[in-house]
Amino acid sequence: MKKLDSIQKRLLEEIADLHTIPEGAYNIRSNSESAGRRSTANIEIIPKTDVAGLDIRIKAGTRRESVHIPVVMTQSGLKELVYNDFYIGEGADVVIIAGCGIDNCGSADSEHDGIHRFYVGKNARVKYIEKHYGSGDGAGKRILNPGTEVYQEEGSTVEMEMAQIKGVDDTERTTTAELAAGAKLVVRERLMTHGNQRAISTYVVNLNGADSSADVVSRSVARDNSYQRFDAKIIGNAPCNGHTECDSIIMDNGRILAVPGLEANDVDAALLHEAAIGKIAGEQLTKLMTLGLTEQEAEEQIISGFLK
Amino acid sequence: MLELKHISFDVEDGGQGREIIRDISLTIPDGRLVVVTGPNGGGKSTLARLIMGIERPTSGAIVLNGEDITNLSITERARRGIGFAFQQPVRFKGLTVLDLLRLAAGRELNPAEACEYLAAVGLCARDYINREVNASLSGGELKRVEIATVLARGTALSLFDEPEAGIDLWSFQNLIEVFEGMRKNIRDSAIMIISHQERILNIADEIVMLADGHVEKQGPKDEILPGLIGTAAAVAACRKAI
Ligand SMILES: Nc1ncnc2c1ncn2[C@@H]1O[C@H](COP(=O)(O)OP(=O)(O)OP(=O)(O)O)[C@@H](O)[C@H]1O
Ligand SMILES: [Mg+2]
Repeated sequence: MKKLDSIQKRLLEEIADLHTIPEGAYNIRSNSESAGRRSTANIEIIPKTDVAGLDIRIKAGTRRESVHIPVVMTQSGLKELVYNDFYIGEGADVVIIAGCGIDNCGSADSEHDGIHRFYVGKNARVKYIEKHYGSGDGAGKRILNPGTEVYQEEGSTVEMEMAQIKGVDDTERTTTAELAAGAKLVVRERLMTHGNQRAISTYVVNLNGADSSADVVSRSVARDNSYQRFDAKIIGNAPCNGHTECDSIIMDNGRILAVPGLEANDVDAALLHEAAIGKIAGEQLTKLMTLGLTEQEAEEQIISGFLK
Repeated sequence: MLELKHISFDVEDGGQGREIIRDISLTIPDGRLVVVTGPNGGGKSTLARLIMGIERPTSGAIVLNGEDITNLSITERARRGIGFAFQQPVRFKGLTVLDLLRLAAGRELNPAEACEYLAAVGLCARDYINREVNASLSGGELKRVEIATVLARGTALSLFDEPEAGIDLWSFQNLIEVFEGMRKNIRDSAIMIISHQERILNIADEIVMLADGHVEKQGPKDEILPGLIGTAAAVAACRKAI
């Protein structure tokens, strides 16, 4: 494995809790190059030849294995577009940990656009964890545009946890999913924006098979002058269950737009959208102040709990 | 010791001023358990909120252990040793029972310590410590967690606003024991409980009867209680309604 400098190591810790080389299969991408890669008997990681990115093939029946594919960028002005394709075999049960950390101390924008495609086989289970993090005080922006496509076969389950809490200036996240019969998709998104940051999150989920279900929940905080848009659309094309929820706190001059989108094309499609946007309840601040916290400390506790 | 000196509190109500607390003077000495009772809408919760600093009096002074705290913030009063269990506790998405107890204690409680506070209010700690203090807690569970946060603070003046509300009969005795224990163990501290419950009135050293924003009666339990039971509170509420 190539040597990583201290900033790169810190980014790795932030996005993947990695202190050393991870267990199982991994590929660490650092400033557009692979800084280390390992395949295992069941999980094969192959670099693409036509474009930047990887093919990750997980054998049918693979149980309790993990794949780490973190990306770190520390070189100001770097722009990259990466395609990672995951082929998850029938009945496999795996954890995939992705994430991108950008440290930009320079004046040029740094941008990582990652397209992830998941082909999830029958009855397979995938847990996908993705953290985004930005640091560095250069004038150059830290930009992340993740695109995620999920194709789920019968009876498969995909659970996605996505978090972006700090330092990313601009994000456009697009997630699309197609679910066959009995497939289940659960998304938990946590987002905090500050300064002049902008974050757009769009979901289009097609529930195509009988008894498929999707539960897309976003919790977010918009502070300072930041802007967020949460645009979640679920299309029910069969007897199915769909739920989207946007639960947000606004502070300062933050702005949030929640766009509900439900489309039922089957009489047995049950779809629900919930959205709540508001500032921190005064009563919550008061309660924590009666415990001896200052108003600012109370605010911090409430937000960190909310985004936990 | 807490002294209230000629406290009044007005609110704007439909363009008109309305006096909710009218010239209340009251002393709560250390080592005493004072129970405040009286009809709904009489001003009991407002009085507790004024003491905690959630509301500011229109006139009058609040003195804690000789220091005038009338103009201190909620935080400053909390740090000087006032604790308050709300009549209607607040829910938090994401904060757990353990988080709240830690914030209350002001230190990294270990789970075993936190469990003691929960056990005191009749909650089986193992089931609750990692629960979120959100809409999933029942009303009675939330109320007990609220009381536990005040226990965890170990304050010199503890205010409980209708602590028995929503608590089942079986746990009620337990709650009474908690208050009796508090009174015994913290010698330099005072407790004020707002309650309509005879069994809580019964453990009082002193009873204050509040109606229409002023103190209607006040004195040692043995003097006040006999006159209250089954009559005063109900009658006063009626009179108010007319
Ligand atoms: N901010 C406010 N604005 C207008 N009216 C208020 C305000 N706060 C309290 N009140 C009114 O003051 C009165 C006293 O309220 P308070 O909550 O103190 O009563 P209480 O004695 O605690 O009653 P209960 O036994 O029902 O809890 C009520 O009539 C209430 O509606
Ligand atoms: Mg009340």
